Amino acid sequence: MNQSPVSSPLLKIMLADRGTQIFLVLLAVLTIAVPLLHTLPESSALGVSGYTMTLIGKYLTYALLAIAVDLVWGYCGILSLGHAAFFALGGYAMGMYLMRQIGTRGVYGDPILPDFMVFLNWKELPWFWSGFDMFWFAALMVIVVPGLLALIFGWLAFRSRVTGVYLSIITQALTYALMLAFFRNDMGFGGNNGLTDFKDILGVSINAPGTRVTLFIASCLALALGYLACRYITVSRAGRVVQAIRDAEMRTRFLGYRVETYKLWIFAFSAVLAGIAGALYVPQVGIINPSEFQPINSIEVVIWVAVGGRGTLYGAVAGALLVNYAKSYFTAALPEFWLYALGALFITVTLFLPRGVTGVGAKSASKAAPAKAVTA
Amino acid sequence: MEYRSRVPLQAVLLVLLTVFGVNRACSAEAQPDLGTVVAGLATTNFKDKQAAVDRLVQLRSDSARAVLAAMLDGNLYFRREDNKVFIATAGDTTLALTDPVTAKAAGTGNPDDFSKITTNNSLRKILKSALAGFALSDPDARVRLAAVNEMLRSMDGDNAAILRERLKTETDGEVKKALEAGLALADLEDTDPEKRLAAIKQLESSLSPDVYNRLTTLTTRNDDGTYVEPDERVRVAAVKGVSYIDSWRRFYASIETLFFGLSLGSVLVLAAIGLAITFGVMGVINMAHGELMMLGAYTTYVIQQAMPAQIGLSVLIAIPLAFLVSGAVGVLIERGVVRFLYGRPLETLLATFGISLILQQIVRDVFTANNRPVETPAWMAGSWQINEALSITYNRLYVVLFMMLVFGILLVVLNKTSLGLKVRAVAQNRSMAKAMGVRTEWVDALTFGLGSGIAGVAGVALSQLTNVGPNLGQQYIIDSFMVVVFGGVANLWGTLIGGMSLGVVNQVLEPFAGAVLAKIFVLIALILFIQRRPRGLFPQKGRAAEG
Repeated sequence: MNQSPVSSPLLKIMLADRGTQIFLVLLAVLTIAVPLLHTLPESSALGVSGYTMTLIGKYLTYALLAIAVDLVWGYCGILSLGHAAFFALGGYAMGMYLMRQIGTRGVYGDPILPDFMVFLNWKELPWFWSGFDMFWFAALMVIVVPGLLALIFGWLAFRSRVTGVYLSIITQALTYALMLAFFRNDMGFGGNNGLTDFKDILGVSINAPGTRVTLFIASCLALALGYLACRYITVSRAGRVVQAIRDAEMRTRFLGYRVETYKLWIFAFSAVLAGIAGALYVPQVGIINPSEFQPINSIEVVIWVAVGGRGTLYGAVAGALLVNYAKSYFTAALPEFWLYALGALFITVTLFLPRGVTGVGAKSASKAAPAKAVTA
Repeated sequence: MEYRSRVPLQAVLLVLLTVFGVNRACSAEAQPDLGTVVAGLATTNFKDKQAAVDRLVQLRSDSARAVLAAMLDGNLYFRREDNKVFIATAGDTTLALTDPVTAKAAGTGNPDDFSKITTNNSLRKILKSALAGFALSDPDARVRLAAVNEMLRSMDGDNAAILRERLKTETDGEVKKALEAGLALADLEDTDPEKRLAAIKQLESSLSPDVYNRLTTLTTRNDDGTYVEPDERVRVAAVKGVSYIDSWRRFYASIETLFFGLSLGSVLVLAAIGLAITFGVMGVINMAHGELMMLGAYTTYVIQQAMPAQIGLSVLIAIPLAFLVSGAVGVLIERGVVRFLYGRPLETLLATFGISLILQQIVRDVFTANNRPVETPAWMAGSWQINEALSITYNRLYVVLFMMLVFGILLVVLNKTSLGLKVRAVAQNRSMAKAMGVRTEWVDALTFGLGSGIAGVAGVALSQLTNVGPNLGQQYIIDSFMVVVFGGVANLWGTLIGGMSLGVVNQVLEPFAGAVLAKIFVLIALILFIQRRPRGLFPQKGRAAEG
């Protein structure tokens, strides 16, 4: 009772939910163990190579993206098939910063213009590239650009009460349109090739071992913070309204809640999370290109969440890690088999595992039951 | 009085004609035979040769024409010892000889014994126009038209005279038009400004690029600042003529764009209509719809492989077969997956997406990931040249017609059959329909099968327009979603209007914005459109429509 107002809800979250406890403990172990094991020589049995660490770091950014999708789909019933667009936009914002850091070390050695602009014979930097030489500005844009797009798009969509399958298709159209746009050279985002060949981040080499460890830990922290923020939202009063919207939108509206406003803000927050995930993804992978906008990417995120169990948050994380590990394994070992496996996953999860893998045998763990039926 | 005075005039004309006719017949009789005339060519004197050529031209026979053509091509020789003329084609060491009079092979000869009958510039010119003159009297109108166009390309006084002569006797409208246009074009060179003015007036109605270029030159200045055309009235007329032609060309260009848009729209309607039906009845989006189209396209390919000699027939056979193949797969999907997800449209979307991945991979494994060549039947190749500014390719035209056929059949099925009645009932109010004894499960399966079958039929059409590969479905699926969103569900007319307008808008925007930007604009416009009409152009009415 004497706890400060900041820590009391946090503590409440941690004590309330077994899944959250397990998740946070596992994440803490991962955050500490992987960088430690990375210091061991790679030849030793427990040694974690830089490649593996970066791979896990990449998965963690995917997990953050999955949490963002789970927040809107699992808790609000908005099936977004365009969340990869927000992820990619955050990634592009970070990529633009990294591009500007290359400076004279590019192939053409231009101090201001990135290589692809020199190649396209551009004389000066387009206006929307200005400011991206400063990290704080880029970091701000990582949040502002996806958030603003989600606000505008959500305002248009929710205001006219576009719901269910219609909304899913419109979000898919959004990411499809962005993909087409970013593939154009004239857009000034590197066209087909995207942004790559990064050198520095915050003055240190992006490939230095220390930077990789830092990026890994940053991904862990972002995931933990994102998780806590989402959990905080879902147990808050507003979160309960959001879940009511998921289960009976009409009734919630008739009870006097402004359904559109709740949907809009949760959608925008989710987009910001996705953007942050993208911004952490790009320096670890070393490239961002328009194929990140592909509609299939967004749909894959949804299946991560479905596999893990939606409406739980930790299920989204589990699903993202599981499916991506399987993807890495199968695309290397049995490339033809992967699409069959992914396709079968879509079918079996929707048919037989509506609560995902974390829902199996853990009935008590999730208080927030997954949506019964999201009526279109 | 009037009547009387006319009779003698006609009589006079008749007499005159008879006299001239007889006269010509007499002169024909007086003409020497082919052999003598040809022999006259065996000379090195160009004046004599020209005289011989003139006589040949007057003979107007096929053999004479062959001799002239050989001469123009440098294939006419005479034997030095007896001055006998042969048509000869040079082999490695010998000449293969043909007798020009009998047109029969006459053995071979040693090149050293023969002299080529050479030509000079003026002679070649005479030969060319003479040969064209032969073609002009060909009984086939197409040959005549080609000859006229050939002659128009190298217009001079002689050619103009020949053409003018021909114009008097020409009966075919097409050839006549070409002749008039050509002669008017020649008249533009005339020294008499009145004639030039008249020519411009006449040329205004032509859409040929030659005419356009010629008139445009009339309005320009020479390097020294003087006008190419000295007479001001002619210049003004030329400017007017150019702008007149311009407006017609723009008109035809916009018709062409409209038609391109309609054909693209037809493709979209074909792709979307099955989707709209299943969406309307069952409230689910079939993400595997694109892959069902792909199956239809591959069915076409397989049938063409089975009957390579009958490409034209194979496409027709493919249409019902593709319907059956895709329809069967659709029923399988409904019975195997979709029915267990009833009431959960978002999960259905995910499950059918999984099916689409599997179908793609199956096709990759069976047919490889490469595009398969599907041939276009002869009756669909080529284009319909309406005039010189407008031509329409047949495959686009057939797609529009095919779409209308499919649409018409669907209209009948949905509005006149008992299945259609049940489908509409379930779409309007499922529980009420069920209460009235409609077997909704059965209707669901059949609707899904129908929608899928139409996807297969659309695939046959697509196989004639784009590459048939595992990604065929992906290219069209988002566009078909847009059509459904735009047109509204369970309403065939909505899909028709939605697809057609999206197609036309895309094509209209394309020249200004480029293909990609046009698509982006359309997508943005659509997102704005659903602000006004969240349920599409033709929303379902009533309580059942409220979600």
